[in-house]
Amino acid sequence: MKRLVRPLGQMGSVGILLFALFGIAWMAPSMAQEEGALPEGRVTAPEAEAPVVEEVPVVEEAVVEETAVAEEPSGPTLNSGDTAWMLTATALVLFMTVPGLALFYAGMVRAKNVLSVLMQCFAITSLVTVLWMVVGYSMAFDTTGMEKGVVNLFSFIGSLNKAFLEGVSRDSLTLTVPETVFMTFQMTFAIITPALIVGAFAERMKFSALLWFMGLWLLLVYAPIAHMVWSGDGALMWDWGVLDFAGGTVVHINAGIAGIVAALVLGKRKGFPTTAMPPHNLTLTVVGASMLWVGWFGFNAGSAVAADGNAGMAMAVTQIATATAALAWMFSEWLAHGKPSVLGIASGAVAGLVAITPASGTAGPMGALLIGVVAGTGCFLASTKLKRACGYDDSLDVFGVHAIGGIIGAILTGVCAGTLGGKGVTEGFTLGEQVIAQCKGVGMTIAYTGIMSFILLKLLDIIIGLRVTEDQETEGLDIALHDERGYSL
Amino acid sequence: MKLVTAIIKPFKLDDAREALSEVGVQGITVTEVKGFGRQKGHTELYRGAEYVVDFLPKVKVEVAVTDEQVEPVVEAIIKATSTGKIGDGKIFVYDLAQVVRIRTGETGADAL
Repeated sequence: MKRLVRPLGQMGSVGILLFALFGIAWMAPSMAQEEGALPEGRVTAPEAEAPVVEEVPVVEEAVVEETAVAEEPSGPTLNSGDTAWMLTATALVLFMTVPGLALFYAGMVRAKNVLSVLMQCFAITSLVTVLWMVVGYSMAFDTTGMEKGVVNLFSFIGSLNKAFLEGVSRDSLTLTVPETVFMTFQMTFAIITPALIVGAFAERMKFSALLWFMGLWLLLVYAPIAHMVWSGDGALMWDWGVLDFAGGTVVHINAGIAGIVAALVLGKRKGFPTTAMPPHNLTLTVVGASMLWVGWFGFNAGSAVAADGNAGMAMAVTQIATATAALAWMFSEWLAHGKPSVLGIASGAVAGLVAITPASGTAGPMGALLIGVVAGTGCFLASTKLKRACGYDDSLDVFGVHAIGGIIGAILTGVCAGTLGGKGVTEGFTLGEQVIAQCKGVGMTIAYTGIMSFILLKLLDIIIGLRVTEDQETEGLDIALHDERGYSL
Repeated sequence: MKLVTAIIKPFKLDDAREALSEVGVQGITVTEVKGFGRQKGHTELYRGAEYVVDFLPKVKVEVAVTDEQVEPVVEAIIKATSTGKIGDGKIFVYDLAQVVRIRTGETGADAL
């Protein structure tokens, strides 16, 4: 019985983080009311006259349809079919992170770090859940003070009126589903986005620094971007007419850019690129990728927030684009390197899933085919050639797959909405204007997340340090940070 | 007495075991090993990153035999494991100073 208790170092700082956030959250509602032009703007369900349509991440045409249906019996009513699907979709999206993404990443690292990425994904899931409940949901989706065409503070960030889920009751509705379900559905998106970043700095980040970074990044980067894109009239990018059905900008470009920034700020792994760092268990990776594929139906078809034709088409185009991209990556690799690889086809599927995400509410089957081919080929080139050429150590290709796939998808969303059997561009836009709007959305997301992630990482590096020591890195994070090993054979 | 040590392709292990039983071998020791010979290693490619794998997996089979058994045992191993392709492996024959059966204490050829 020597020393059972660790020095406070890591745990202490995490405790302070949570404590500080709770403190902010307590003060928040009163602050927000002072700032907010419409203090009563919190929309809680049945008696609310205006349905909370602005809160829904669907394209505007879709919203019009939804409200038309919803408003027939004077005000929104709960639809049990929609609710049943959204409950299911929420579970599917959570399944994407734990275990899907966690396994996808775990297989690609070396055996000595397998637990560290599983731990990171699991801890992020838990941390984000609490933060989302405390302030995240309110910051992303509260619509207080928002007005179409008016750019003010609330175009960038929601008020804290819904902090601690204030006013989100059993009777609250978002469209035709309980707001609790909508809130949890969105929570699963907020979980997977930071978890995606893990792949960029795998095998070298301190766990305490990771928790700090992810907590702050969720509130200062994810919540504002989600708000700007999805929270409805008055939100910055929503008013620009940016189409992002399920999270091309909010989730994938956001995570991909934060990933490359993190990879650059942390620096290369010791020995990269001369030391061999092959995936230690591609079986896990393929299992994880397959779970991502299945879970993604919840992600994309669930973003319709209804069990309707939009959800159906979202499911169809998701499947088509994913399969196409898997083949595109496989054949590209076959041509370039002589053999088709398992890691390649699985990566291609993920690239396709990423790219169809923003387009899944507006593209038709032909558009899905186009997006799949471009994403599979483009992400293959980014993850193999571009990475080699530039020499950055984005360990598991978060940039190559998520940022590049996200950008391809976001821009092609504009193209495929207006042509190839798409649902149509934003009202009043030409195809060209839609593509320009998409590019603006991409640019804004890259700039915001790039700058903010850089600042956060630099600050944390100065205050607590981001990287493990060289010895810890050599020993492996499993033993060095967790006193455990993944395999006792 | 001699110790015959054969480095063979892993998938030929069952054939080798059967062939050795047929020539009267009572027991063998098998170890999974890695190494390289003229076959050299191979390359692996993960998302464009190429790694040269220098050491290939092989199986080491050790058989302790009497002097008279050496020839048939070596022949049996060759016959069972040869594919004619590079990487079939090698056989080493060593002098064996002593053998003891732990259970009974028997020594020498009786212990084989």
